[in-house]
Amino acid sequence: MSRDPSIVPDRHPVLEVRDVSLGFGGVRALTGVSFSVAKGELFSIIGPNGAGKTSMLNCISGRYRPSSGQILLDGSDVTGLSPNRRATLGLGRTFQNLALFGHMSVQDNIMVGRHHLLKNNALTGALYWLGARREELAHRRVVEEIIDFLEIAPIRKAQAGTLSYGLRKRVELARAMAVSPKVILLDEPMAGMNLEEKEDMARFIVDLNEEWGMTVVMIEHDMGVVMDISHRVMVLEFGCKIALGLPEEVMANDRVKVAYLGIDEDEQVA
Amino acid sequence: MIGSSLVPCGQFKTSYSEDTTLFLTPASRRFCIAAIVLAAAAPLVLGPYPLTLMIQIGFFAIAALGLNILVGSTGQISLGHAAFFGFGAFASAWLNSTVGVPVLLAIPLAGLMTTLLGLLFGIPAGRLKGLYLAIATFASQYILEDFFARATWFTGGSSGAMAAPASLFGWELSGDRQYFYVVLVFLVVMFVLGANLLRTRDGRAFVAVRDHYLSAEVMGVNLTRYRILSFGISSFYAGIGGALYGHYLGYVSAEGFTILQSIQFLGMIIIGGLGSVTGTLMGTCFMVLLPEVTEGAVSLIKQVVGDVPGLTGALAYIKEAAIGLAIVLFLIFEPDGLVHRWRTIKSYWKLYPFSY
Repeated sequence: MSRDPSIVPDRHPVLEVRDVSLGFGGVRALTGVSFSVAKGELFSIIGPNGAGKTSMLNCISGRYRPSSGQILLDGSDVTGLSPNRRATLGLGRTFQNLALFGHMSVQDNIMVGRHHLLKNNALTGALYWLGARREELAHRRVVEEIIDFLEIAPIRKAQAGTLSYGLRKRVELARAMAVSPKVILLDEPMAGMNLEEKEDMARFIVDLNEEWGMTVVMIEHDMGVVMDISHRVMVLEFGCKIALGLPEEVMANDRVKVAYLGIDEDEQVA
Repeated sequence: MIGSSLVPCGQFKTSYSEDTTLFLTPASRRFCIAAIVLAAAAPLVLGPYPLTLMIQIGFFAIAALGLNILVGSTGQISLGHAAFFGFGAFASAWLNSTVGVPVLLAIPLAGLMTTLLGLLFGIPAGRLKGLYLAIATFASQYILEDFFARATWFTGGSSGAMAAPASLFGWELSGDRQYFYVVLVFLVVMFVLGANLLRTRDGRAFVAVRDHYLSAEVMGVNLTRYRILSFGISSFYAGIGGALYGHYLGYVSAEGFTILQSIQFLGMIIIGGLGSVTGTLMGTCFMVLLPEVTEGAVSLIKQVVGDVPGLTGALAYIKEAAIGLAIVLFLIFEPDGLVHRWRTIKSYWKLYPFSY
């Protein structure tokens, strides 16, 4: 069922994670995880609860600093950079627990995603007609394209905090897209959604990847979706990489089966 | 701007520039222009005392708008706004009397000087949050108050500083009527600049920092930079407001800029509506007029009931208590401020009588 894996992972890695470890005091959240994501790839990270998936994403986006290892974005080392510098270099992300700007309109939320691409400042912004107007309108056009793509036009003026859960997830995706990232990180984009919303979201992610050519790194629990739309899948367990490969390879992997289903002792004896 | 979601029917925007105007509807733009024209006509009609009140509303509103950008939009807190207001007053008087800058130029320059000071005091603010920040700004209030009392070369120390009246091309704008127009022009310009700021990149970044600083950072917003910048902009407004105040009174005293005044600024923006430009003006009107209304009420009681013993003597306390009471009542019943009440009233009439 997986999509044609014509993308060769190591041809042009746009994101490279080299031997990253992360510890909080005595707890090891990640141990020596390495992987690379090719340009145009849809890469999923799966694993049981507490396996370190979100920690991995936080290391990439800069929220956590890994205790050892390196993270390279488009060939340049970003390991020591702050999250806002990484956004400037082309990294967008969504959050597992919603993180919209609740009092802003949907449209303004998405405009914040353009922040690093806009040049106007407090002075030229205040002198609107002499300064920021042209630029603001040009970027508004880009934002409207994203709004059209994600089919959120009817709510563009609504206050983000008043929207339903599914719509908020979609607005968050829109905001991350507005960053025009080289790599977009999605943390459980389908968690807590009903079937219809999940199907919509899966379609958006596939289109995002194929039509907009964005490289996607996604964490998701819904196995059906992950196996259907990903090019490659990495499995984490207790902070260690236990498998990485095509969806069907990963599905067939014994360690993955054990991690997800547990060990059947009868079978082991037999 | 953070607008209401209820737009009157028949409003169809056909371009992005139409959709990003300062005013949501042409009607509200006309309303605002009419209000400015009416205000400009006020000195011809009003007596000297109401005019004084309007001038007060003018310079307080400018300073309050700065505080609203800092507290309402960026979500920082400042208990030292009155000190920056005072610094602006002294700076303008000093620029005019010592350096020899003409008053109308000294006012914006004093704003810039106060901005620099605000950026300096904003540096700790870039790293502190909540209660800790409140205490840090509290410190800035006292440091500056002490500075006013000691820096004789700048403020005249305990004897205060003289601030010359404004003049334009040799024409002295000293009377209340002339000065009213100076304040009105500054008020309109500063409010338009503020409203523009809030609808562009940096204004959105401020609100993003307030609403969810973690995701603002992931969107590329440099948190420290924007928190400090917000302090700078807020001080700029405080400085301009203070300078206008100084040249209005003609004399700046070090005692006028206490923590109480800082709290009053906070009261203005809480009552008006946090994060709202229009609300700032509403809240300032409310705070300036409240003591007058209280006084009127007291004299009305005297006329109706006769002289209640101690009432006249207690008037000063009643005025202060009324401000405290107003803030408490607003926090309980209308935490979004007057501007929210105003929107509610508007949308009620929009749908009247079929509001369901």
